[in-house]
Amino acid sequence: MIDIKLPIGLMFTILGVIIAGYGLVTINNSEMYQKSFGINVNIWSGAGMLLFGVIMLLLSRKGKKEARSQSYKRHG
Amino acid sequence: MEFSLGWIDYIIMVIYFIFVLGIGWALKRYMKSASAFLEAGRSLPSWVTGLAFISTNLGALEVMGMTGSGLKYGMLTTHFYWVGAIPAMVFLALFMMPFYYGSKARSVPEYLKLRYDEKTRGLNAILFAVMTILASGISMYALAILMETVLGWNFHLSLILSAAIVLGYTYLGGLSSAIYNEVLQFFIIVIGLIPIVFLSLHDFGGWSGLKETLSPIVEAKGYAPDTWLTTWKYTGKASSNPMGVEWYGIFAGLGFVLSFGYWCTNFLIVQRAMAAETKLAARNTPLIGAIPKMLVPFLIIVPGIAALALLNTPDKNFILPLNSQGQPIYDYTIIMLLKHYLPAGVLGLGITALLASFMSGMAGNVSAFNTVWTYDIYQSYIRPATDNKVADDRHYLQVGKIATVVGVLVSIGAAYIASLFGNIMDFLQTIFSMINAPLFAVIFLGMFWKRSTGHAAFSGLLGGFLIALLHHGLTIPAGAETIFKGGWLGVVHTYPVEMAQNFWTAIFACTTSTLITVLLSLATKQIKSETEMTGLVYQFTPKDRLEGIPWFRHPFALAAIVIVMALILTVFFW
Repeated sequence: MIDIKLPIGLMFTILGVIIAGYGLVTINNSEMYQKSFGINVNIWSGAGMLLFGVIMLLLSRKGKKEARSQSYKRHG
Repeated sequence: MEFSLGWIDYIIMVIYFIFVLGIGWALKRYMKSASAFLEAGRSLPSWVTGLAFISTNLGALEVMGMTGSGLKYGMLTTHFYWVGAIPAMVFLALFMMPFYYGSKARSVPEYLKLRYDEKTRGLNAILFAVMTILASGISMYALAILMETVLGWNFHLSLILSAAIVLGYTYLGGLSSAIYNEVLQFFIIVIGLIPIVFLSLHDFGGWSGLKETLSPIVEAKGYAPDTWLTTWKYTGKASSNPMGVEWYGIFAGLGFVLSFGYWCTNFLIVQRAMAAETKLAARNTPLIGAIPKMLVPFLIIVPGIAALALLNTPDKNFILPLNSQGQPIYDYTIIMLLKHYLPAGVLGLGITALLASFMSGMAGNVSAFNTVWTYDIYQSYIRPATDNKVADDRHYLQVGKIATVVGVLVSIGAAYIASLFGNIMDFLQTIFSMINAPLFAVIFLGMFWKRSTGHAAFSGLLGGFLIALLHHGLTIPAGAETIFKGGWLGVVHTYPVEMAQNFWTAIFACTTSTLITVLLSLATKQIKSETEMTGLVYQFTPKDRLEGIPWFRHPFALAAIVIVMALILTVFFW
């Protein structure tokens, strides 16, 4: 079976980059962030997602290595 | 009332859809047998099944309804979680899961067949199949109408498109795909809604500021100033809290009958745990799910409470859409909060979270329906009636796939029926609780009382349901306008609020079902032998060996952590 951490990690990394990037592009648009009391929610939220996505990707790489070394032990 | 999304919001949504369908596509090559397609091959780790377990319950109706309830009842709404879900989830994990998983049954109806008899299974399977599809249709309708009202999307287009995506990934990857996507959906719901939790609290200066703002508003409604931020404090008298129920009503109705009926017997939920890789993983599934479950209120109820403060502070310019009678539609609170606080970008993420909650709910319904249809209806009744009685696994895989397509098509039909008769939605939800409460009594007696028999169980299920129907027909909540709320046989008793009526309907159903099952079991002969009941009944099943399991995987240790956490939350928000 595929490891679910991989698609989760990929999706949140991509979304994180897009949303944080959009936040950076709109950083001087104070009118847009009036709703959120001047807080650039896109940068914060995007950075959080990027971090979560990268952690998931690292965990899935780690899981893959462990599974490989286990199957070496079993077959080798 | 409408507001529009920017291009960035649509990009986020499309990326999400691509991943959802991509997961289904990636799992396609594993779908070689009926068991892989309908039972996920019983191969998933417990953190995956645990998150799917609560995600499938975190459907669109739940998210929309609970935020609305936060506005209407405040923190009292958390009773649906801390007392109304956690104890039942712990009970399922510790005491019932060993028999569900250990029996090798592929569904809850099949457990009834193994433990009792064919007719008990048949009754439950048919009721479950019908109500699951109707539930799926209702949530589709709710979502499409929301998108039409608030975003101006075409009703038919959003209905068909969202159904097509759910069909796409469940058809490709079966239960595994539904479960994997539920995990993805869980994270996107959490991450998508966190910004409004922060911003709404920030808006009123945190929890204490919110309390201050709410005091005069709540007092004007005739309650103590801090009522909206308490859980048990004002439940001594029904009239002193907005829910209109006393503490014992909450405890018995919500904490016991309704929640045990839902969490311990609903195949939609139990199926997630049954897909786990081992019996231990299956037992840990509800316990792992319980931890995020008890935190969900902060995500969806707290913003609802802030919405009450927003509504009553004119310079905030926050309004809820009105229905045709001029009443605010509380279910739209969540989407109006998204609109109020979020700029383009995170707004798209929030809307995607709502779509994700809808999809996780619907995929749950469809994947439970196709299993019950294939194993409990087709394999048990339809195929044996044909000339060619036995069929190979490939055939059942095919049947499961067709059932998935048909299930989605019938759901769409049900959504259109719901759009014709709005009131039918409430009535159907009442019917679902009438089916679940007696089922819990029958399954519980089956697992823990070796004497209970098939004839008794069948009569208990039917009798409990009929009593619930009768109770609904003879009572009415105060101020009800339609017969869908009750009293269609004449009014014998009037309840102060609808919730009290629901609690009592379930209590009557569960008690009647227990009485009938116990009495008839004593009057009839047990035809199941001890060997037939091994693995199904407590007395005839060897205990699981739990020695040597590390504490973080030990069901009793996890259960203790869950209970202590729930107690801390209860005391803290008393």
